[in-house]
Amino acid sequence: MALNKRHPAALFAVLAVALGTTGAAYAAVSSQTAPKVVAKTETQVEQGKQLYLEGCSSCHGLAAQGASDGPSLIGVGAASVDFQVGTGRMPLAAPGVQAMPKMPSYNEEETAALAAYIATLGAGPGIPTAEMLDTTNAELALGGELFRTNCAQCHGASAVGGALSEGRKAPSLMDADAKNLYEAMVSGPQSMPVFADSTLSVEDKQHIIAYVAELQKNESPGGFSLGRQGPVTEGLFIFVVGLGVLIVAAVWIGAKAK
Amino acid sequence: MSTTEESIQAPAHAAPTTKGGAVGYYIDDRLASASFTKRLVDKVFPDHWSFMLGEVALYSFIILLLSGTYLTLFFNPSMTEVIYNGSYVPLKGVKMSEAYSSTLAISFDVRGGLLMRQIHHWAALFFTAAVSVHLLRVFFTGAFRKPREINWVIGTLLLVLALLEGFSGYSLPDDLLSGTGLRIAQGIMQAIPLVGTYVAMFLFGGEFPGTDIMPRLYSIHILLIPGILLALITVHLIMVFYQKHTQFPGPGRTESNVVGFRLFPIYMAKAGGFFFVVFGITVLIAALVTINPVWLYGPYTPSQVTAGSQPDWYIGWLDGAVRLMPNLESNWFGYTFSWNILVPALVIPGIMFTALGLYPWIEAWATGDKREHHLLDRPRNAPTRTALGVMSLSFYMILVISGGNDIIASAFNLSINQITWGFRFLLFIIPPLAFVLTKRICLGLQRRDNDKLLHGYETGRILRLPSGEFIEIHEPIGEAEKAKLLAKADVVPMELPSAVDENGVRNPKAAKSIARAKLSQWFYSDVIPTPTDEEMRAAAEHAAHELHEAEAHMKQISNH
Repeated sequence: MALNKRHPAALFAVLAVALGTTGAAYAAVSSQTAPKVVAKTETQVEQGKQLYLEGCSSCHGLAAQGASDGPSLIGVGAASVDFQVGTGRMPLAAPGVQAMPKMPSYNEEETAALAAYIATLGAGPGIPTAEMLDTTNAELALGGELFRTNCAQCHGASAVGGALSEGRKAPSLMDADAKNLYEAMVSGPQSMPVFADSTLSVEDKQHIIAYVAELQKNESPGGFSLGRQGPVTEGLFIFVVGLGVLIVAAVWIGAKAK
Repeated sequence: MSTTEESIQAPAHAAPTTKGGAVGYYIDDRLASASFTKRLVDKVFPDHWSFMLGEVALYSFIILLLSGTYLTLFFNPSMTEVIYNGSYVPLKGVKMSEAYSSTLAISFDVRGGLLMRQIHHWAALFFTAAVSVHLLRVFFTGAFRKPREINWVIGTLLLVLALLEGFSGYSLPDDLLSGTGLRIAQGIMQAIPLVGTYVAMFLFGGEFPGTDIMPRLYSIHILLIPGILLALITVHLIMVFYQKHTQFPGPGRTESNVVGFRLFPIYMAKAGGFFFVVFGITVLIAALVTINPVWLYGPYTPSQVTAGSQPDWYIGWLDGAVRLMPNLESNWFGYTFSWNILVPALVIPGIMFTALGLYPWIEAWATGDKREHHLLDRPRNAPTRTALGVMSLSFYMILVISGGNDIIASAFNLSINQITWGFRFLLFIIPPLAFVLTKRICLGLQRRDNDKLLHGYETGRILRLPSGEFIEIHEPIGEAEKAKLLAKADVVPMELPSAVDENGVRNPKAAKSIARAKLSQWFYSDVIPTPTDEEMRAAAEHAAHELHEAEAHMKQISNH
C-alpha cells in the first residue's frame, strides 16, 4: 500500500522539471535564431540598410521605392524615420488606416541607423538638432495663436486629439515630446500636412512646441478636467453624476415620509 | 359712463392676546393676507420622488439668477479689441474682445469668479436636464391631460426658452467654441428661405461676426429671456397651485382629493431642504469639476476652429441632426435652398416642438377623452402613449449621440463616416422598434398586474402535492397595492361608425369620424381589461381551496 502511494508533492515536482526543461530548451534554440549582432566595423548606413531589408522592405520595396502596401521612402528624410520608428508607429502592427503608436520595435541605435540609411536615398528633413528644439526664447502666447490657427482644427484646442474621416484620427499630443512634435511638423506623418520652414519657421515651431508643453502640464484651475473633451463629457457628467445624485436625494426625501 | 361702488371692509378680529398675535394682526390690518396665507400653508402636496424633478428645475433657475447676477458685475459684453494683460500667462499679449478678456478676468482675477462661472454653467446644464426629465415625467404619467393642457403648453414654451437662454449664454464668452456655435446659428438663420439673410443681418447688425451681436445677446440673455422665463415659471406654479398637484393612484386617493402633506410645516421643510440639497450639489460639482475652460479654447477669430467643437448637451440634438443630414441643396429661381441645414435645424425642430405642444389635444381627440384627470396614469396603463413617448425619446437620443459622433469616433477608434451612416439608418429603424417593444412590455406588465390581483404575489414557497405536482403558494397582495392596481381605468375604444345611415345613404361626414374611431381603436384596442370583482372572488376561492388541500395533505404527512 505505502509503496503505491505517491508523495503529494510528486506531481508538482514532475511539472516543475518538465517546464524547466522545455523552457531551457526553448531559450537555447531561440537564442540561436536571434538576429546577429551587427559588427561594429560596419558603417551606420550599412547597418540601417540591413535592418531596412529585414524589417521594412516587404512593404516599402527593396529599394524603398514604395509598393502596394507602403509608400516610397525616397526623400522622406531622417526626421520621418525617427518619428515613425521612434514612436513605434512603424513597423505597423496591422495594416489599417491609422498607424498607432506603441512600444518601439527598434532601439535608439537601430532607429538612428535606419534614419541614416533612408537619408542617403534622397534629400529630406533631418532629425532636429538640440538647438532647433531649444524653446527658452519661445513666446507662449504666439505659440498658442499659431497652434489654434494651424493645429487645433484636427488636434483640438486643448491638444487631446480629434477624429478625421474614415477612421483616421489626429492623435492626442499630451505625451508627445519636443523632438516628435518637430519631426511631425516637418515630415507630415499620415494625414498630417507638412509644415516646412517656409510655412512655419523654426522659431514658429519652437513657439508651438512651447505652447504644447504648457498644455501638457495639464493644469486645471477649475478642478477635474474630465479629459478636456469639451461639452460632450460635461453633458454626460451632469446626467450621470449630477442628476443621478439629485434623484437619489429626491427618493430619500420622499422615502422619509413613510 | 357710469361709476360703480365697492365697499371697504377692514378685517374684523378680537384684541390680540400675545405679542406674536399683535404682529399678525398688524400685518393683516394692512395687507389682509391672513386668509390667503392660511390657504397657502394648508395647501396639500402629494409625495413622490418624481414630483421633485420640476423642483430641481426651479431651484437651479434660482441658482442661475443669483450666480448670473454676480457675473454681470464683472462681465463686459463688448467686441472692442483689447490686448490681454491679465494673469493667465499663455494668453498674455493676445488680441481679443473685451467679452473674452473679461471672462478670463472673472476666471483668474476676480475673487471667487471661476467658482461662480462654474456654478452658473453647471446650474445651466442642471436646469435644462431637470426641465427635460420633468417633461418626461409629466408626459409618461399623463399629467398633461384635462384640465392641465394650458400648463403643458407653458411648460413647452419654458423648454424652448431654456434652450435659447442656454445657447445665448454659451455664446457670450466669445471664445473659440462659442464663436463657432454662433457661426452655426447664423448659418441656420441664413437657411430660412427668402428672408434668411435679412434675419441674420438684422440680428448681427451686418456681416458675421460684427460688433453688435455681443451686446444684443447680452440683453437677450440677462434681461429678455430670464424675464419671460420668470413670468412663465410664476404662471406655471400658480396654475399647479390652483389646479392642485396630480397624484399617483393609491389607497384613499381619488379624482376629487389630494393626499399628501400640508405646505407648512412638512412640505416646506422638505422642499426647503431639497433646495439646499440642489444648491449644495451644484456648488460641490462646480468646486470640483471644470466646465467650459474658455482659456484653453482661446479668443474667437473666424479663421480658427477646434476639433471636437460641440454645443452644450441641450443643443446637441440639433447639432446631431445637422451632422446626420445628407448634403442636399437646390437652386431655384436664383435662390439657394440649403436643405442640409433647413431640414435638420428648422423643419425637424419645428415639427418636434409643435407636436410636443399640441400633444394633449392630439391625444384627447384621438381617444375622445374629455374627462378631468387628477390621478396619474402609471405608464404601463397607457401603452400607446408610453410607446409613443419612448419612440420619440429614442429618435431624440440618436440625434444627441450623433452630435458627439467625432468624440465617439476618436474615443473608440471608429470611423466617423461609418458612425454617421449607421445613425442615419438607425434614426429610422430604432424608433418604430422602440414603439413596438415598449408597447409589448407595457401590456406584459398589465398582465402581471392582473395576475397579482387574481392570484396574489409569489411567496417563493413551493409545495409538492401527493400527486407529484409542484405548486407555488401565492398570497393575496396588500390593500395599498390593490388600490393602486385597481385604479386603472379601462377605456372602451370608439366604435367604428358606419359609412351609410339607416336609409343606406352615404354619410359625407362619416370619413372623419371613421378616421377618429380607427385612431381611438389603435390607441386602446389591446388594453388588457382589469379583472372584475367576480373574477377576483372566484380566483381567491380557488386559491384558498388549493391552499387548504395542500395544507390538509401536509397535516396528513406529519401525522404519519
